[in-house]
Amino acid sequence: MSAPSAAPILRIRDLQAFYGESHVLHGVDLDVAEGEVVTLLGRNGSGRTSTLKSILGLVGRRTGSIQVGGQETVGMAPHRIARLGIGVGYCPEERGIFASLTTEENLQLLPRIGAAGMPDAEIYDMFPNLLERRRSQGTRLSGGEQQMLAMARILRAGARLLLLDEITEGLAPVIVQALGRVVQQLKERGYTIVLVEQNFRFAAPLADRHYLLEHGRVVDTIEAGQLSGRMESLQEFLGV
Amino acid sequence: MIQALSGQLLLGLINGSFYALLSLGLAIIFGLLDVVNFAHGAQYMLGAFLAWMGLQYLGIGYWWALLLSPLVVGATGLVVERVFLRRLQGLDNLYGLLLTFGLALVIEGLFHHAFGNSGSPYPVPELLRGGFDLGFMYLPKYRAWVVVVSLGISLGSWFVIEKTPIGAYLRAGTENPRLLQAFGVNVPVMFMLTYGFGVALAGFAGVMAAPIYQVTPMMGSSLIMVVFAVVVIGGMGSILGSIVTGIGVGLVEGFTKFLWPEAANVVVFVLMAVVLLVRPAGLFGRQK
Repeated sequence: MSAPSAAPILRIRDLQAFYGESHVLHGVDLDVAEGEVVTLLGRNGSGRTSTLKSILGLVGRRTGSIQVGGQETVGMAPHRIARLGIGVGYCPEERGIFASLTTEENLQLLPRIGAAGMPDAEIYDMFPNLLERRRSQGTRLSGGEQQMLAMARILRAGARLLLLDEITEGLAPVIVQALGRVVQQLKERGYTIVLVEQNFRFAAPLADRHYLLEHGRVVDTIEAGQLSGRMESLQEFLGV
Repeated sequence: MIQALSGQLLLGLINGSFYALLSLGLAIIFGLLDVVNFAHGAQYMLGAFLAWMGLQYLGIGYWWALLLSPLVVGATGLVVERVFLRRLQGLDNLYGLLLTFGLALVIEGLFHHAFGNSGSPYPVPELLRGGFDLGFMYLPKYRAWVVVVSLGISLGSWFVIEKTPIGAYLRAGTENPRLLQAFGVNVPVMFMLTYGFGVALAGFAGVMAAPIYQVTPMMGSSLIMVVFAVVVIGGMGSILGSIVTGIGVGLVEGFTKFLWPEAANVVVFVLMAVVLLVRPAGLFGRQK
């Protein structure tokens, strides 16, 4: 990137999103700089998943502005958004593993969308289970393995901006720890990551900044450094 | 006795080959686009007519027709998808069904108007005239050709879809086209090409059929009823199911013609009713 590192790789202003008649986002604003990890926190229905889907053009209609690497994407077809310079990779909440494809086919399915796809050797180094189970049908994998597959395929495709929706949901603590190490490694390698998380203890040590969403808008922003002083109000906000 | 049975079974095998080719195209289109392509019979007729017209007006022979006619029919499919079907995406699939049904009526009506009701014969290509005496029956070369080529095309399509990276796109798109597009795959173009391919298969079947059946504007509409029954029996959207069921239904029809000729035209629909009662998703379909 020739732009200075301060210029956000993802810049969202007054984002409104709709599914048919229902209006789900009411003006989301957020910025993510290259190499940052940010989380979207909030209760169910606060608009976190809709924000990720809006970035990819997977909602019914959206207005406002979403710039990826300086390019406006509102009005762009989803397959073009994924292929924008940086490569936008998406792990959907339901993981989106294709049942009629083997693990290996799922992994190799995605076209190259960024300049530097992660080589297979590194992928299998990071997720050794996927090598053992490469001939298995994708949905026969355990929940944790499916999650790793969902992460691995976007890394292999070359995405550098990762939109990860609830990757720890329903997984055993030991798997959650392993995923935490993976996200940490990716952060060290300069990947830009937007996490939607229920599991605050998973997200807190990883993130540079937290956006708090409620009723389809960002109501508060907490920098990692301010976190200790804000724990009480944050817990109240999340209802935990 | 043996001669009569094997004769009917051969006829059934040939009909079954056409059922397989046509239901395969329908299954691929339905699987990815969620469109019940009622124009399939008309597109099959179009394939046969283009071959006939090519020979009649331009002197283009069978072998060239076998290549060119499906390409032309497939190209019309690309246009239909781009201009009409794409606008219906996201709506109930009844709209696609009605649109293609209307399209079939228009195409068949135009050909009826231009060429009338009576059939036109199409000569068997010189290379495939004559036949083999198998001892218990006489096997015309052209009919053997139809069975072998249809099976080859059907199994080839199955292989490409189930075992290759191109097929992986098709399978993934059949499951979740929105997500596949979010991964950077140009799904709208995939839809267009898939519809074109399915329709080209119908056109190909039409050319294959031209020397066996009369080339008439209504040749598709009589066949397509049975083909839809085949698709229901096999399971909507199942690739292997449509091939196996196509051949199987042809053989069942042939066998019934031998045992009880009056029932031959009905047996397919009885079979369909029974399958719907016992396995509503079809023999090879996944229960939803």
